[in-house]
Amino acid sequence: MAVLVLAEHNNAALNDATAKTVAAAQAFGGDIDVLVAGHNAKAAADAAAKLAGVRKVIHVEGEAFSHALAEAVEALVVPMMSGYDAFFAPATTTGKNVAPRIAAKLDVMQISEITKVVDTSTFERPIYAGNAIMTVKSADAKKVVTVRATAFQAAAGAGSASVESAAAPAGPFKATFVSEELQKSDRPELASAKRVVSGGRALASAEQFDQYILPLADKLGAGVGASRAAVDAGYAPNDFQVGQTGKVVAPELYIAIGISGAIQHLAGMKDSKIIVAINKDEEAPIFQIADYALVGDLFKIVPELTSKL
Amino acid sequence: MKVLVPVKRVIDPNVRPRVKADGSGVDLANIKMAMNPFCEIAVEEAVRMKEKGVVTEIVLVSIGPAQAQETIRIGLAMGGDRGILVQTDVAVEPLAVAKILAKIVEAEQPGLVITGKQAIDDDANQTGQMLAALLGWPQGAFASAVAMDGEKLKVTREVDGGLQTVSLSLPAVVTTDLRLNEPRFASLPNIMKAKKKPIETKSPADYGVDVTPRLTVVKVAEPKKREAGEKVADVDALIAKLKSVGAI
Ligand SMILES: Cc1cc2nc3c(=O)[nH]c(=O)nc-3n(C[C@H](O)[C@H](O)[C@H](O)COP(=O)(O)OP(=O)(O)OC[C@H]3O[C@@H](n4cnc5c(N)ncnc54)[C@H](O)[C@@H]3O)c2cc1C
Ligand SMILES: Cc1cc2nc3c(=O)[nH]c(=O)nc-3n(C[C@H](O)[C@H](O)[C@H](O)COP(=O)(O)OP(=O)(O)OC[C@H]3O[C@@H](n4cnc5c(N)ncnc54)[C@H](O)[C@@H]3O)c2cc1C
Repeated sequence: MAVLVLAEHNNAALNDATAKTVAAAQAFGGDIDVLVAGHNAKAAADAAAKLAGVRKVIHVEGEAFSHALAEAVEALVVPMMSGYDAFFAPATTTGKNVAPRIAAKLDVMQISEITKVVDTSTFERPIYAGNAIMTVKSADAKKVVTVRATAFQAAAGAGSASVESAAAPAGPFKATFVSEELQKSDRPELASAKRVVSGGRALASAEQFDQYILPLADKLGAGVGASRAAVDAGYAPNDFQVGQTGKVVAPELYIAIGISGAIQHLAGMKDSKIIVAINKDEEAPIFQIADYALVGDLFKIVPELTSKL
Repeated sequence: MKVLVPVKRVIDPNVRPRVKADGSGVDLANIKMAMNPFCEIAVEEAVRMKEKGVVTEIVLVSIGPAQAQETIRIGLAMGGDRGILVQTDVAVEPLAVAKILAKIVEAEQPGLVITGKQAIDDDANQTGQMLAALLGWPQGAFASAVAMDGEKLKVTREVDGGLQTVSLSLPAVVTTDLRLNEPRFASLPNIMKAKKKPIETKSPADYGVDVTPRLTVVKVAEPKKREAGEKVADVDALIAKLKSVGAI
């Protein structure tokens, strides 16, 4: 048995989600090859070769891969799948963009965002915003799976897999990259941060979000998140959104500030180890899942907390 | 240009789903249902494109039980022109939905398909991408802005690190993210008018698509419950607690 894992990377470095996806593939079993498709991505390929449990790294260079265009990745992966029993990708926006195309081309029903591998055809995945956990069994000959990174622990130790080059499929593709606006920040990446500080609608403006949430996050060395309401209102950028339809996080410490705790928000953070909620309404649903509840005005509490830490 | 918008009937997002005691699924009996919020955003985008004169006709499709007709009616009241209900009582998986949609695309020849990025019940986030692959079309998934750019469609996508813009040749598939637009409410006169708009009823067999599920649900269970913790009196008490458990 063999599994092809799609690496998530920015050409220079591997994203954490890759190692966790490899861990999920290990739970599935068989030989694990990691595909690093990128542009000037040798550094990412070399990093993948050091992951524990990897048989070999397949490194493919091509301009269309500099931004992981779904059409190009599909053209690359589909022919490769004759040699594999399963395709695993992290359930990042890249994985979610690409994996269904590959599944459709292989005539396979994808299993999205698994949180557990039960056996080689059975998986657990959350549905209904995490209000139910479904165990599904796939009758397809090949499995196409996306992996919720927070549910798996990267294997310890280092590997020394070989790196092979493979040819890129010929373009042109019907989609082309135009531009990107990536958030530049020295803060830990939200999805993998050990601590997360999130702000909600109560922050009431982008200025106050920055003024109250960011210093606390910096004091804690935390990543920054937000509720959908805060993102929709423009207080925080879209990639800060935590929840059912945003990012799923499971840090050691999650501090929810001025967030009511709608089920869609809880879906993205309720697996955090310790949850602190700061809210002026003692009936706020977020308190039903918080380990430590502090009732009061965030505009008083947060500066005090920041200064005393 | 004609636009096809698939719309799904799902549990109302304000309702808290309950797992059935026998573990066979989520209890949907007597539960308020609604159009999937991402599909509302898709309909709204199509209607705005029509208002701008880019789009000439909006065809809504739903695959589901007879009641999915209500979902199509909502979309017609928002500004859709006609509907196709592919009626079935089996739970159709995204792959089969995409195959049916591909057949409808063959017959209708739209220049664009706009789907939701995910349905809030099964949270699969697959259908639009699968459809694009089956048709050999490009895709702009998780769109937060869509604009015509000459012969091409420029789509800004919500990605993990921020925003990415791609240029697609048409025909193409777009899947909607939350920030694409704010869907309108259908007005009463438009709801009345929508009653007269045509809805064609079909079956999966009409399209020759086998909808037999590939996945079987072994069980559906409640997630691990998280207990409410304790109230802390003030910031000092909070810091003391966090220190005591080693969180800071
Ligand atoms: C299809 C769909 C998808 C969604 N996806 C997501 C998602 O992924 N993530 C997400 O977060 N939401 C999502 N939502 C939205 C969700 O339902 C809620 O609307 C949203 O989470 C509310 O954000 P909030 O808690 O910041 O705002 P509110 O619910 O308005 O809560 C604000 C809170 O701040 C408190 N407050 C006000 N002033 C103060 C103060 N001075 N000090 C302390 N506390 C104060 C209030 O008591 C209140 O509890 C989705 C909704 C839909 C329909
Ligand atoms: C054995 C089994 C039993 C199930 N039982 C139930 C059940 O009782 N109730 C239930 O609600 N679900 C049930 N499901 C899940 C249901 O089949 C999925 O919701 C469906 O397959 C589509 O997944 P999704 O909506 O998450 O797709 P996504 O890929 O997340 O949907 C994205 C977009 O695709 C379009 N789309 C998806 N489906 C349709 C559709 N049917 N018509 C029109 N457009 C569509 C919409 O634009 C939507 O926004 C069951 C699944 C299985 C395998």
